[in-house]
Amino acid sequence: MNESLGLLSFGPTGWGDEIASGVLVTVSLAGATLPFGLALGFLVALAKTSEDATLRAGANIYTTLFRGLPELLTLFLIYYGGQIALSRLTTALYGQPTEVNGFVAGLIALSFVFSSYASEVFLSAFRGIPSGQYEGAKALGLGRLSTMRLVILPQLVRLALPGLSNLWLILLKDTALVSVIGLNDILRNTNVAVGNTKEPFLFFFVACMIYLALSIISSIGIGFVSAWAERGQETRA
Amino acid sequence: MTTATLMIEAAPPPPSVRRRHGAARVAGVALLALWTVLGVGIVWLLVSGWDAEMVERYMPRILEGVLTTLKLVGLSLVIGAVLSIPVAIGRLSRNPIAAPIAFGYSYFFRGTPLLAQTFLVYYGAGQFVGFFRDIGLWWFFRDAFNCAVLTFALNTAAYQAEILSGAIRSVPRGQWQAAQALGVSRMVTLTRIIVPQALITALRPYGNEVVLMIKGSAIASIITVLDLMGQTRYAFSKTYDMQVYLWAAILYLVMVEILRRVWDVLERRLTRHLRRAD
Repeated sequence: MNESLGLLSFGPTGWGDEIASGVLVTVSLAGATLPFGLALGFLVALAKTSEDATLRAGANIYTTLFRGLPELLTLFLIYYGGQIALSRLTTALYGQPTEVNGFVAGLIALSFVFSSYASEVFLSAFRGIPSGQYEGAKALGLGRLSTMRLVILPQLVRLALPGLSNLWLILLKDTALVSVIGLNDILRNTNVAVGNTKEPFLFFFVACMIYLALSIISSIGIGFVSAWAERGQETRA
Repeated sequence: MTTATLMIEAAPPPPSVRRRHGAARVAGVALLALWTVLGVGIVWLLVSGWDAEMVERYMPRILEGVLTTLKLVGLSLVIGAVLSIPVAIGRLSRNPIAAPIAFGYSYFFRGTPLLAQTFLVYYGAGQFVGFFRDIGLWWFFRDAFNCAVLTFALNTAAYQAEILSGAIRSVPRGQWQAAQALGVSRMVTLTRIIVPQALITALRPYGNEVVLMIKGSAIASIITVLDLMGQTRYAFSKTYDMQVYLWAAILYLVMVEILRRVWDVLERRLTRHLRRAD
């Protein structure tokens, strides 16, 4: 027991600090992906509700593609494909190849995956808003942008929040995949620790517990956000 | 009585209101153009980089990988379905021992990454070689494929248990009460009345779970299982040719799309008594 605690301690003999820095990488990758994924997902959902058939078809292809591919394969396609494309481009321009940053590749791949699922969540939220809301806004003389901003979005957030919170928890777990392309996240750093200490069960179990802790913390945070989103919904006695 | 003597001239139809798509149409065409360019680019890449020798050497391996993936997913789903039944019962019960255990199991496997679970089982088992040798199970844990099946089955059991227990909860209580009023025993009520109705609710989530499993099985390649992803990674490491990843992408998309279509047909068939004949 004491031996295990020593292995997990901070400092030169323990692996606690390495794992902690991995937590930082995992959280910042998930956190950085979220705004891009949300924005992209919202745009794709808007395209899917459009009256224009070409726009709807284009958006549907996007979802089919990124929901059908394994996340790992999407990551490899972007990492290695980006590597080859970027190397060729910079060799042509500057005469020397550049490396693709693993963090950026992970960010892009996870944003694609997240947004394709998020677009479905937004889409069903859009369908949950009665058309009377649009008509009411029009009757008040609101333009299209103000209708979206003042009338639709506040309701959309409330309707989409349960689905989006689920996606956030999935995103948190999906970040583990970037350890495969060499980004020093939780799982990669525990892997290094396992290689040095030959204690796989202990370290991978600790890694699992950290992910669990992150999801519990997220759930608490989501509770606050949903209380805020539901603030107009109190039933008056 | 007056009769109309004058014919009213036929008026031309009102001018049709021109629907303006404007920005949406432009964006749609641009998006479709982008997909077309991408599609043509991929086809061009596959055709121009067509290397008969490479195809001959690696294509059979990759198709073999498809079979391994299907075997992996099929086995995991079936074992997981069996395991999910006790977990679902635990999730539904109010027993002070069974309920928290089922909750903890489900929370652990749904709250941690599949990759970390796979590492835990595959590498973690290696730490207890002596123990597994003693109880005669080492042959099982030595093989990466078995470890992958075990992990995936445990993982999908947690998700399937949630699907199952959620669906059972969604059946209205009146169904239970009516069965009780008719003197039907609890067990028969569950198996003949509640579960058949619950399975229809569960059909769509089950389909999603199968798709997630097919996609998630790519993770097995990281612990050296030569599934579709594993064979693709092997071929890429030998050739450093991006093409093989495109082959894999197409094969995965085909698998998932076929499954989705089959599931749609299945769902339409199984819910045909619920649709109105209009």
